[in-house]
Amino acid sequence: MSCLTHRAIDAALLARQVSSPGRGAVVSFVGVVRDHHAGREVTRLEYSAYEAMAEAECGRIVAEAEARWAVTVAVEHRLGRLAIGDTAVAIAVAAAHRGEAFDACRHVIEAVKSRVPIWKREYYADGSVAWVDPTAPEGAVTASTPPMASA
Amino acid sequence: MTLAAPATVTVRVLLFARYAEVLGADAVTLELSAPASVADVLDRLRAAPGGALLPPRPLCAVNLVQVRPTCALASGDEVAVLPPLAGG
Repeated sequence: MSCLTHRAIDAALLARQVSSPGRGAVVSFVGVVRDHHAGREVTRLEYSAYEAMAEAECGRIVAEAEARWAVTVAVEHRLGRLAIGDTAVAIAVAAAHRGEAFDACRHVIEAVKSRVPIWKREYYADGSVAWVDPTAPEGAVTASTPPMASA
Repeated sequence: MTLAAPATVTVRVLLFARYAEVLGADAVTLELSAPASVADVLDRLRAAPGGALLPPRPLCAVNLVQVRPTCALASGDEVAVLPPLAGG
């Protein structure tokens, strides 16, 4: 299944997709666009990706989790322009019992954040724009050129 | 019979997000002297306008898998230079 989408994510649908009669626990993580970052007011953001590698890496992360725990995993990450409150990423994990489901869900979201080639450009209330660099001190942002007129 | 090794390696280099901005391109084709590694690609990019803004050790991938700068390259490889990941 494809992990990248340009459309709104339906986290409940993702949870239903991993559910089955033998799975007594379904854990979901939903990452939502926040209205602030590093003390600045965010008005919207834009995700882009190295799509071929992002799909491959998501597939590897899901396969690793399903090999390590007795779980079924689904991952979806949105690309393009997102508004505050939009779902940016959703993970759904089903297992027979909650322990494995929680462990695998936490592992998968951390792996998605650290391994999948996706980039985020934040637009601020003061009109400025920046690429988010989670490796910079205190989540600082890197100055970016002004946004190009988008289609 | 001994076959001569090819004298050059030609690779496609993909740039993303901030790196595409500072280098002014999202893809370039580079012809490198053989044997070539990812580090040779980074050296060539650093010599290009805007390339001085690349960090000392950016994340790199070859054919969709993250690699170290010492990774050897063959003609036809797709090399990607990845800014700090910010998904999720």
